[in-house]
Amino acid sequence: MNAQDPDARREQGSQWYDNEAGPLVRPYAMTGGRTRPGPTGVTFDLIALVTLSGAAPGTDDDSTLGPEHRALIELCRPETQSVAELAAGADLPVGVVRVLLGDLLERGRVTVSRPVPPAHLPDERILREVIEGLRAL
Amino acid sequence: MVSEHSDAFDGDNSALALKILVAGGFGVGKTTLVGAVSEIKPLRTEELLSEVGQSVDDTDGVDHKVTTTVAMDFGRITIRSGLSLYLFGTPGQDRFWFLWDELSQGALGAVVLADTRRLEDCFPAVDFFEHRHIPFVVAVNCFPGARAYGAEDVARALDLDQGTPVVICDARDRDSGKEVLIRLVEYAGRMHTARLLDSVG
Repeated sequence: MNAQDPDARREQGSQWYDNEAGPLVRPYAMTGGRTRPGPTGVTFDLIALVTLSGAAPGTDDDSTLGPEHRALIELCRPETQSVAELAAGADLPVGVVRVLLGDLLERGRVTVSRPVPPAHLPDERILREVIEGLRAL
Repeated sequence: MVSEHSDAFDGDNSALALKILVAGGFGVGKTTLVGAVSEIKPLRTEELLSEVGQSVDDTDGVDHKVTTTVAMDFGRITIRSGLSLYLFGTPGQDRFWFLWDELSQGALGAVVLADTRRLEDCFPAVDFFEHRHIPFVVAVNCFPGARAYGAEDVARALDLDQGTPVVICDARDRDSGKEVLIRLVEYAGRMHTARLLDSVG
């Protein structure tokens, strides 16, 4: 512990896990310390939509998937989910969900839709549809 | 790259999600507005400062790592199967500007909520969207007891670019919230068309 914490100045015996320490399981422990999605370098937008791959096998046979990976897969099973919804549903920070989704994407478990780039965004037909849809709510 | 997934990215039939931001000062009613129009109870997502804030927070000389959690509230409106609007209440604290940058990427537009008793609270949001050319409307949330101002007074007080819509609203009211969103989408469409014409001519 001393080797990893040169600033360990706290008195011996005092509790180190005070309120400032935050959650006792550091969120990035779930990602093996990674803070970015894997080599594909994809950044998932909050509204990127995540769909289970049709051919995705059950989760039981892959021991490399952690419980959080499985939780995300289960959340996507009933219907397509946005990254933001997955983070709220799994009660994980968005950054952690992005890393885990990167794993799932690499394993072919999910497909992730990219939001429309801003330059193409307001296709007039779609905007009209949105306005009419809002009026009809 | 993940070229094998590019079809899923760009296919015409793929589901489409649009993003609208709701910004404004602390306590102005952002989450209330999101909740009034959302079909789901507003959800909360959290982002960790230690990941995204590295280049922003000057931590020189700080010998312990602080992980601050920043919350965002969001809601959803399904227009039809395969077309949804997502509304994000942006964090009110100025400290978390960096989150807005990411949030605003690809956003259809923004609603800047204003309270006429504390109009200056929405200045940062107005600046932010003006500088990034993100279409926005100013929605004046009518709090009980606040003096009623006209939309034009507010537009002048905020020194808005000409054409930026100002809507008087009640953030608690679903129909009022819907009207704000409709005005925004109409305005975003006009802005985009104007920009397209500019780029051609």
